[in-house]
Amino acid sequence: MDIINAIVLLLNYIFVPALSYGSQLALGAIFVSLIYGILRFAYFTAGDLMSFGTMFTILFTWYFQSLGISLGILPTALLAIPFGIIVTILYVLLKDKLVFSYYRTKKSPPVQLAMVSIGTMFVTQAIVRIIIGPFDRRFFDGEKFILKANEFKEMTGLNEGLTIKSTQVITLLVTIIVVSILFWFLNKTKTGKSMRAYSDNEDLALLSGIDPKKVVMITWVIAAILATIGGALYGLDKSFKPFTYFNNMLPIFAAAIVGGIGNPFGAFLGGYVIAFSEILVTYAYRKFFIYLLPESIEPDGLLQLLSTDYKFAVSFSILVVVLLFRPSGIFKGKVL
Amino acid sequence: MRENLNVIAAYVIMLGLIILVGFLQSWSVALSILCFCLISAVMTMGANIQWGYAGLINFGIMGYTALGGLAAVLVSVPPVREAWQVGGLNMILCAFLIALMVFSIRFIIKKYNKSNKRNYGIALVIITGLVLLRLISEPAIESIEAVSPATTGFLGGMGLPILFSWIVGAFFAGGLAYVIGKIALGLRADYLAIATLLISEIVIAVIKHEDWLSRGVKNVIGLKRPVPYEIDLQNKEWFINLVAKFNQGALNLITDITEKEQLLKQLVIDGSTVFVKLCFAGLFTAVVITLLIITQKALYSPWGRMMRAIRDNEEAANAMGKNVVKQHLLIFVLGSAIVGIAGAMMVTYDGLFTPGSYRPMRYTFLIWVMVIVGGSGNNFGAILGGFAVWFLWIEAAPIALFLINFFTSGLEEANAFRVHLIDSIPYFRYLMMGIGLLLIMRYRPKGILPEKIRHV
Repeated sequence: MDIINAIVLLLNYIFVPALSYGSQLALGAIFVSLIYGILRFAYFTAGDLMSFGTMFTILFTWYFQSLGISLGILPTALLAIPFGIIVTILYVLLKDKLVFSYYRTKKSPPVQLAMVSIGTMFVTQAIVRIIIGPFDRRFFDGEKFILKANEFKEMTGLNEGLTIKSTQVITLLVTIIVVSILFWFLNKTKTGKSMRAYSDNEDLALLSGIDPKKVVMITWVIAAILATIGGALYGLDKSFKPFTYFNNMLPIFAAAIVGGIGNPFGAFLGGYVIAFSEILVTYAYRKFFIYLLPESIEPDGLLQLLSTDYKFAVSFSILVVVLLFRPSGIFKGKVL
Repeated sequence: MRENLNVIAAYVIMLGLIILVGFLQSWSVALSILCFCLISAVMTMGANIQWGYAGLINFGIMGYTALGGLAAVLVSVPPVREAWQVGGLNMILCAFLIALMVFSIRFIIKKYNKSNKRNYGIALVIITGLVLLRLISEPAIESIEAVSPATTGFLGGMGLPILFSWIVGAFFAGGLAYVIGKIALGLRADYLAIATLLISEIVIAVIKHEDWLSRGVKNVIGLKRPVPYEIDLQNKEWFINLVAKFNQGALNLITDITEKEQLLKQLVIDGSTVFVKLCFAGLFTAVVITLLIITQKALYSPWGRMMRAIRDNEEAANAMGKNVVKQHLLIFVLGSAIVGIAGAMMVTYDGLFTPGSYRPMRYTFLIWVMVIVGGSGNNFGAILGGFAVWFLWIEAAPIALFLINFFTSGLEEANAFRVHLIDSIPYFRYLMMGIGLLLIMRYRPKGILPEKIRHV
């Protein structure tokens, strides 16, 4: 019994939260990785693009709520996400036209493009804060829990409860659907293959008649879709605050690099690597060992490897270690 | 000659703008803008050495700034004897342990060839070291933080004059840069950018949460100053006379004695803040000029030529027998040390150390905007960038207010849209920075004052 209790404890506090956080990071990491592979620069606007998409999702959610439209037990935001995506797509395409295309045709070095993306980061951040303000916003509605701790305890008769929030399940389901569609698109369709070819060797791809404009446009569209979905899911699960989203850029980059930047599948797994390690290292295992060990050698400390304040530091340290020993990432990067 | 005229004109315009602020807003505001412009200028010089001279991207400026600030605390705050008594010994032991770990890792790396066994050995050293550190430091940290937590709760510093911290800050930042450089300098440009950005976040996390060292988010306030305090000045005979002399005209106009005295008192209070800021501005100017002379000399020395050669063509420089790795490390350390000086200067000026206020937007990306806008590779350009961008950063709010009022003048006062825009004025500075950076990168990619390329 104690063993089952211990397992449920870990499931509740580590596995379920890490899985949903990891999915949100993974969505971000995939599009950073795609942009790196195809457009060939580090896209520093990542976090703010996510907040841009989420902001419009929130605005549409509010609009639908004012009209009285809702999805019943599901959050209204799910209905608003497609509209948020459309606005975000328009925004990134406009940005590409006004800003990035100039440097691409000039074949500027990647560093310069990264600097330019810092410029767009400032602008995007300003737009988000001017439109919706810097405050913390919750836009979740509908049924909050799928499984409550008390219900679980009654059901199983265990001491430990297992809570599953509906946002966590939604996150996981949406991520699975989106990522499978994406990989199907990249691996099976002609356009997807041409994107991979372009990423692999630009000159060769151009020679074989691949239209670079189309490839770039589709990359941006995918980026906008993933950014909006990832951002909206994160906002549903936790809350929307522009500053947090900007900060999320860092673990997203960490995930993309750990997975091997330029490799979307690596980035997808990298998201989970980062999320799990952040939560595993900062969790206090005291209760877990109390269940497992006999009473006589029960631990008296918290048994926490690092305090939760160092959550970010953990993922970054992993990144540094990966960079040192396998600079191309766990799953060799730059192959797509 | 024309280039020199450009430089002079740009600086005259910049100083003119600051003086204009003095006339329009107040001299106190103008001088604090000037002080922060000077601090920013030091930071941009540091970043410019790395980026402009050597083409190294360092997105970790925030970390070095914070370390410089930490140096100011550790140098100037008097030591907390009680805390040292309860936990000092253990902390010193920890320092030795860390040194021991570093040396044993170095020993392993030197002695054995690259293999899995070596990696396991290093991992073993690190893990046992961390466990030991944890065991030794935990009780010590707890007892240190328990020493009157409302006022101290940390080890304190050395109690030396705060000016020393400018040098110590440089050493701290340089030391960190040495470690980071050893780890990360081999990476490609954009990896290096991301790695340094993330490492600087780790530095901030440590400073924020190691309360025994820096008091963390509880902040350290009331740091000593290298210049006189306003309160002291207001009671000094010579200062009151000086203020009276400066404002003779205004004072003579008033005949009533009590009114005259009141005006004088007000003038002395205003004058004291301006005087203190003037002193700071003088100190900072001295630092900027010294650094400028040194960096200019370095830029046009054989060493500077070599650095530019490495920047422009690494392989060719390598083929000519220049040790690229070593020079990159050197310049990474030097540039970061200069940023560390700026960090210490800033904390000295503020008189307080707030680890929570270090954000990458303000301390990393804004500095990069300064370098790019000013002109990378050119020290005068970098300093001008620091001035211009900081000026815009501070004055963005009044400018935005003016523009909003101008464009929405057709709308009525209580119009929801207008009120919303006016409420979000603070965020227009980001918009201005972003658009400014994009415009400069597009139409003047070498910055306002581009690098001078001397053809022989």
